[in-house]
Formats: sequence, structure tokens, C-alpha cells
Amino acid sequence: MNILAIDTSTDVLGIGLVSDEKVIGEYITNIKRNHSTRVLPAIEYLLKDCGIQTKDINKIVVAEGPGSYTGLRIGVTIGKTLAWTLKIPLVGVSSLKVMAASGRYFDGYISPIIDARRGNIYTGLYKFENGEIIEVLEDQHISTEDWVLKLNAMEKPILVLGSDVPQHKEIFTVRLNEFACFAPITDNIPRPGELALLGRQLVEENIHSFVPNYTRLAEAEAKWREQNRR
Amino acid sequence: MNDLYILGIETSCDETAVAIIKNGTEIISNVVASQIESHKRFGGVVPEIASRHHVEQMTIVLEEAMNESKLTFQDLSAIAVTAGPGLVGALLIGVEAAKSLSFAHSLPLVPVHHIAGHIYANRLVKEMQFPLLALVVSGGHTELIYMKEHGHFEVIGETRDDAAGEAYDKVARTLNLPYPGGPHIDRLAQEGEATIDLPRAWLEEGSYDFSFSGLKSAVINTVHNAEQRGETIKPEALAASFQASVVDVLVEKTIRAAKQYNVKQVLLAGGVAANQGLRVRLEQAIGTLDNVDLIIPPLKLCTDNAAMIAAAGSIFYEKGIRADLSLNANPGLDLEAFSR
Ligand SMILES: [Zn+2]
Repeated sequence: MNILAIDTSTDVLGIGLVSDEKVIGEYITNIKRNHSTRVLPAIEYLLKDCGIQTKDINKIVVAEGPGSYTGLRIGVTIGKTLAWTLKIPLVGVSSLKVMAASGRYFDGYISPIIDARRGNIYTGLYKFENGEIIEVLEDQHISTEDWVLKLNAMEKPILVLGSDVPQHKEIFTVRLNEFACFAPITDNIPRPGELALLGRQLVEENIHSFVPNYTRLAEAEAKWREQNRR
Repeated sequence: MNDLYILGIETSCDETAVAIIKNGTEIISNVVASQIESHKRFGGVVPEIASRHHVEQMTIVLEEAMNESKLTFQDLSAIAVTAGPGLVGALLIGVEAAKSLSFAHSLPLVPVHHIAGHIYANRLVKEMQFPLLALVVSGGHTELIYMKEHGHFEVIGETRDDAAGEAYDKVARTLNLPYPGGPHIDRLAQEGEATIDLPRAWLEEGSYDFSFSGLKSAVINTVHNAEQRGETIKPEALAASFQASVVDVLVEKTIRAAKQYNVKQVLLAGGVAANQGLRVRLEQAIGTLDNVDLIIPPLKLCTDNAAMIAAAGSIFYEKGIRADLSLNANPGLDLEAFSR
């Protein structure tokens, strides 16, 4: 059983390959460069290096969002097209859940964050129970101010994760005081191997109707609904 | 010789389209999913919404086109895809899907310029004869293109401001007509007389370039001035006068270029090719020239579709044009640079 995992939801480009009980390959970069020119070459490179042919892939797991709209569409389109044409199952996993997985041994809650500009973040709240990751608060788009208010009410240590932590670190430190915990920079990078594992047991999606979880309406759509509310 | 089967993908604006063409001229399947109903609400195409719809439609349209063709990926010779110009987020969906298919089945990948596609829609109707002249008119383009042979494009005239289709949409909005306005103006124009004096931008002597922003402003001013005087303008007359002004310039410049370049064919391409006023006038004018053939594809091949991309892709494939898996969407792709 070979699982190909694709994560393009943030600046991190992650491709993972899990074969049975072994992570056999991971390709990760964390640079601000166009995903569209680099994802398929990265997949080709990793498969070739690991000696896996496209026909040997049994399942595709894609990070479904939230995150960069364009980034998500690139990963999801590649995942959908490959799964459809290779006639293999496709599953989606929350991009935030993949990040939270790096906090496996943390005793408390885990809040993975992705910067969403203008003081906003994409985030959710997770915890580990008997080695299983559990969603405590669902993935959402929220202002960092409002989010720390919610977290404060939990009265438990909270591990804030993700490569966008530096720009939001101060507000978490100030508002959560001793409850705010931060990880070393290596744990701020979502691991495509984790993505593959999280998707391994999931039931396959309908490939045609599978879309990214943007967590937000397109701006024009939101305005239109506002104006046409009865 | 083996038959050439090219699968084409087009997502540059608000149509998700996939087609398969045999030997560059025969349509095997041609599927288009239009988003027009979704964008109507906004009075124009919203890029973010277009991109979202393309993700929803891509594999559905691919499946329909493959099923209709009764072919398998092993039967295909290559994947062709619109690489630009267009909306970058929309183009990306087609490009990523095309690269995924090329990678999964080890098929050559052929990038196609959207306008080259519009021109090659004509080859699905009749074999091209060179030299030829193509008049490309759509929501985003107004261009006169000279071709001395397959795959060679020389832009001899283009718009300096608005595309003709853009001017149609803006004038339609002034007349409170629903989006997309082009067909409504065309219909109104058939019912009215061109009695209102509107400008025609000929530009410098000998220029094949176009300009429609002055005409657009003149229409808006005419309506505005009439309103201030408490008069009403018959929309039919205004539509007819506007259309006459656009068509005069398009036809006159096309005929002049056809003569100067001594072409054998004139091709009409792009969404505005559906315009009755333009079709009729161009037919009449070309009829006065000796040995010049006018080709206008059926409506379905004038608006954005993937059959035209696969048709152009067939020529580029045979010329050895290839892209690798790093192909990117290029919203400002240049036609001449592309074909060099
Ligand atoms: Zn077009």
C-alpha cells in the first residue's frame, strides 16, 4: 500500500510517500515560491528517487485547507486529477490538523495557525488522547484577538504551532501568559508523512465533488449574499 | 501513419472545457461547462469564483469528454492546455490538471496560446489556406493576425484600450441590459436604425490598431445628455448606431489588411464572431474581393472551448513544441513570442 500525500496550503510545499508501515520519502521546502511550477516536478522527483511508479500509488491524501486559496487549488486539482485518472481513492485532511500532529507529546491543547492577513488567522483547536488526534474547536477564520479570548477560557496550556507563529507570537504571549507554549522551529513545519498517516484510514471522498475547505466564501459571494438577504 | 489524438483543456476564463480532436481537424468529443449563470449575479466574471468553479468542474468535464470519445489515455498522443493569456487563477486549474494527466500517463504536454486556439477553431470547419488573416474579437481581445503558415502568428493590429467585447458589455450596462450584453445589443441593433452620430476611431493612416474607449464614452455621454434634456433615446437606435460604428472599423480595417497582405482566407474568431451585424457586413465586404474565402466557425466553436485548443495543440505538437511539469499559467502570454 503506497500513499502519496500533497500539501500546498501554505508556503510549505510538502510531498510525502508512505509505504505500508514506513515513511519512505518526504520532500519539504519552506520558501515563498510559486507552487504551481514546483509541485508536479517534486512529486516526480520523490517517486523516482523512491523507485515508485505512478501505477504503484494506491491512495492520494491532500491537505484540503484552510490556507492560501491558490495554493489549496493547486494541491487539490493535482490530487483530484491524479486520483481520477489513476482510478485510486482520494481523501482530504485538514491542513491545520497536519500541523497539530507535530504536537503529539504535548500535554494540553494544540492551536495550529496560518496567517490570514489583517490580524486574522486560520486556526482550530486539537488535542491528543491515547495517541489519537481529536478536534476540540473546528477550523475557522478568526481575528487573532478573538481567538486568544476563546483560548483564555480553556485555562490549560496551549501549544501554538505553525511557520506563521513569529508574526502572532506576541499576542499569544501577552494574552495567555504562562499558558502559551511554543515549539522549536522544526515542529512548526507540517510533515507530509503525518498527512499520509492521517489520511490512511479515512474513507474515500467523491473525487468529482471534492473541493478545498476555504472556510470562507469568496468576497464577492459574501457581499452578494449580504445584499440579497431576505 | 497512426492517427493523432490530442486532448485539449481550456480554463482561461469562465468555461471549464475538455475536448479530443483527431488529426487536428475532427472533433471526437467537445465538452464545455459554463459558469455564466453564476457570474450573471455580479454583472461580470469574478476571478476567485471562476477559479472555485473550475476546481468543481475539472474532473467531471474530463470524464465526460473521455467517455464520449470511447478512447483510453493509452490512445492519446498528447495533452494540450491553454497556458495563457487569461485569468491566472482560472488558467492554473487547467494547467495543473493537464500536467497531472501528462505525468500519470507519460504523455507529451503541449502549451497553447488562447488566441491561437480561437484561430484554429476554423480548422475544424475548413482546412486553412495560407497566407491568411484572422480577425479575433472577444471580451478580452480585438486583434488582426497575419499567418503565412501553420503555427506562425504576426499581430498586425490590436486594441490600444478596450476590447470590442468589453465596449459591448459597458454599453449594455449603460442601456441596463443584462450581462453578458453583447447578444442583447446585437438583437436590439437588428430592430433599430443607426440614426445617432457616433465616432469611428481610424487612428493614424495605415494603422491596423483599434480603439473603442472613445466610442464607449460617446455612447455614455449621449445617454447622459439626453437624460439632462429630459429626452429619451430609443435603445434600438443607440444599439444600432453603436454596432454600426464598431462594425465599420472592424470590417474596413480587415478588408484593407486582406488586400495589402494578399491573403487567401479571412477567418473570424472569438466570442464576438457570433454577432449577426458583424457576420453579415463582413460577408458582404469579403464578397467584393476576388478569391478571398471567409470562414466563420459555428457559434459553439467561437466562444471559449477546448476543441480549438486541441486543434491548435495538434499543430504545435507536430512542430515539436513541448512543456515540462514546471509549466506555469501565464496571464500575459504573448502570441508572437509564444510562436517564435
Ligand atoms: Zn476566448
